[in-house]
Amino acid sequence: MNDLTLMWKNLFRKKTRAILLLISIMIAFFIYAALFTMNGALNAGVQSAKANRLVTVNSINFTVSLPFAYYNRVKSVEGVVDAAHASWFGGYYKEPVNQFQTFATDPEAYLNVYPELITSPEERAAFINTRDCLAVGRELATMNQISLGDRIPVMSNIFSKQDGSRSWEFEVCAIMDYEPETGRDVPANFALMHYDYYNEALAFNRDMLGWIVILTEDVSVNDAVSRTIDEMFANSPYETETSTEAAFGEAFLSQLGNIGLMLSLVVGAAFVTILMIVGTTMVLAINERIKEIAVFKTLGFPAPRIFRMVMGESLLLCFFGGFLGIAAAQGAITLINPVMKNVLGELSISWDAMGYGALLMLGLSLITGLLPAFSAMNVRIVTAFGKH
Amino acid sequence: MNLYTLRDLSKRYSRGGEAVTIFEGLNMQIAQGDFIAIMGPSGSGKTTLLNMLGGIDRPSSGTIECQGERIDNLSEARLSKWRAAHVGFIFQFYNLMPTLNAAQNVELPLLLTKLSPKQRKEHIATALDIVGISDRAKHYPRQLSGGQQQRVAIARAIVSDPKVLLCDEPTGDLDRVSADSVLEMLQLLNSKLNKTIIMVTHDPAAAKYARRELRLDKGRFIEQESAQ
Ligand SMILES: Nc1ncnc2c1ncn2[C@@H]1O[C@H](COP(=O)(O)OP(=O)(O)OP(=O)(O)O)[C@@H](O)[C@H]1O
Ligand SMILES: [Mg+2]
Repeated sequence: MNDLTLMWKNLFRKKTRAILLLISIMIAFFIYAALFTMNGALNAGVQSAKANRLVTVNSINFTVSLPFAYYNRVKSVEGVVDAAHASWFGGYYKEPVNQFQTFATDPEAYLNVYPELITSPEERAAFINTRDCLAVGRELATMNQISLGDRIPVMSNIFSKQDGSRSWEFEVCAIMDYEPETGRDVPANFALMHYDYYNEALAFNRDMLGWIVILTEDVSVNDAVSRTIDEMFANSPYETETSTEAAFGEAFLSQLGNIGLMLSLVVGAAFVTILMIVGTTMVLAINERIKEIAVFKTLGFPAPRIFRMVMGESLLLCFFGGFLGIAAAQGAITLINPVMKNVLGELSISWDAMGYGALLMLGLSLITGLLPAFSAMNVRIVTAFGKH
Repeated sequence: MNLYTLRDLSKRYSRGGEAVTIFEGLNMQIAQGDFIAIMGPSGSGKTTLLNMLGGIDRPSSGTIECQGERIDNLSEARLSKWRAAHVGFIFQFYNLMPTLNAAQNVELPLLLTKLSPKQRKEHIATALDIVGISDRAKHYPRQLSGGQQQRVAIARAIVSDPKVLLCDEPTGDLDRVSADSVLEMLQLLNSKLNKTIIMVTHDPAAAKYARRELRLDKGRFIEQESAQ
């Protein structure tokens, strides 16, 4: 027997109480880990941003289009090395629920401004030279069991053709991957199509584009380039806003609501609740044991050791419950992965989430354990025995 | 040889702003190997005295020496160490840990020593054997009778081999038969293992097991004629 055994036995002396406490801590960490992971997935685009990549969008909002003519004018701005345009097609495959993110673009330019997006040289050539070719990201292709050479229709839930149909027919002639060396764990979960093939069939919104992606010479000219571009189109019907790709990604996310704030609020509320429940329960549990603690002291257990033993119970409880909660979140994520993959990519709980989680567990155990540990340490033997 | 020397010992409490004196100017010596029964009316300060001898309470004035070392002015930390090394306590209501079985309860004082797990096992087995309860080692307190629980408590008190056993009404909660067997055990520990025993009791029959009987009344000791 050692102090750990003693702590464990004390913790589970009332099984129901211990299990309820464990469950409440589990739930808090389940919420924490699940939301942390969601947030991480939504932010992955922001993290994959490159410092010398700028994005020009309509200053009203990035969902509002710009005239196609802007593209050539942007390309000629001093400091711009390369530029590509992209338009949101808003696709789905087979079923409306089965999202199939597709952008209409100039293939060669797009692959140039996104060098981390790779295909074999043959596929790259095929994509650039075939008007009805669809280049599909590896993860998206795997998920939808699409392979090279397949002929597939992709529907738009935004646009229709002049003939009224919403379906564009494609031949899959390239599969794209993200360069593994970029070290960023972003799934290639989107597809690219030729702008011309998309634009000429459109019933409305023709000769417009969604946004322009710019590669600058260097990070140092970013500010000058964005200013020049935005001034160029100032006072036109389509004013622009040019910012770094990371900023664009964040703006994209803020459309979904301030997820970071929501995360903090939900997790915060869960933790304050748990804190109060666990804190009160620990104080009560120690009060019930005043006499036993007095016996420990009588036997010669020094005050610091009693402090550690009570603190240890809090630590055990919080870490045990916390890791169970994170494990449960991993289980849940594994279950929803098949459904959510198209939107968020394959999710799993990161080491970061674990690390911060462990810090939270430590914080929780310190806050809930300090008070009981102090009062246990300071129990006066004679007074405690006086209470029959 | 003297184990304890008490000089000019006083204990006062303030109760509702008013000072209450439990005893004053108490002098006393306790010899090594003695077995003393302390009797006296309720509220006469028997428990208070025993607590001071065990280093869990302090006198208001006066000194307590144990083996030439003053214990009334030791720091809390040093008193803890001193208690672990020198005294074993036996209480009226056993005070066993309900979450631990008999052997684990007996093991507690050994957690404060440097003994290896194997040595601890041997000590526990010996202590349980001495009190005759080896067959109940794996039982939890709630599975034991009062007499059996008190035996476990005695095993816990002697397992680290202290010189002194301090017993506060050790048979107060037991029937006659169990009480007698516990008292016989104390007598045995005194005569065979040379433990000094100081026992507070209300029961004249229990006091007869001691070598000496003292009456504490109105803050004074009155020696009774010896039992043996
Ligand atoms: N913390 C305290 N504050 C005030 N008075 C106290 C305190 N502890 C004990 N007393 C008083 O000191 C006196 C002696 O108490 P003690 O417990 O030593 O008596 P006792 O002889 O053991 O009595 P009993 O036979 O009932 O156990 C009592 O009058 C008691 O009320
Ligand atoms: Mg008493």
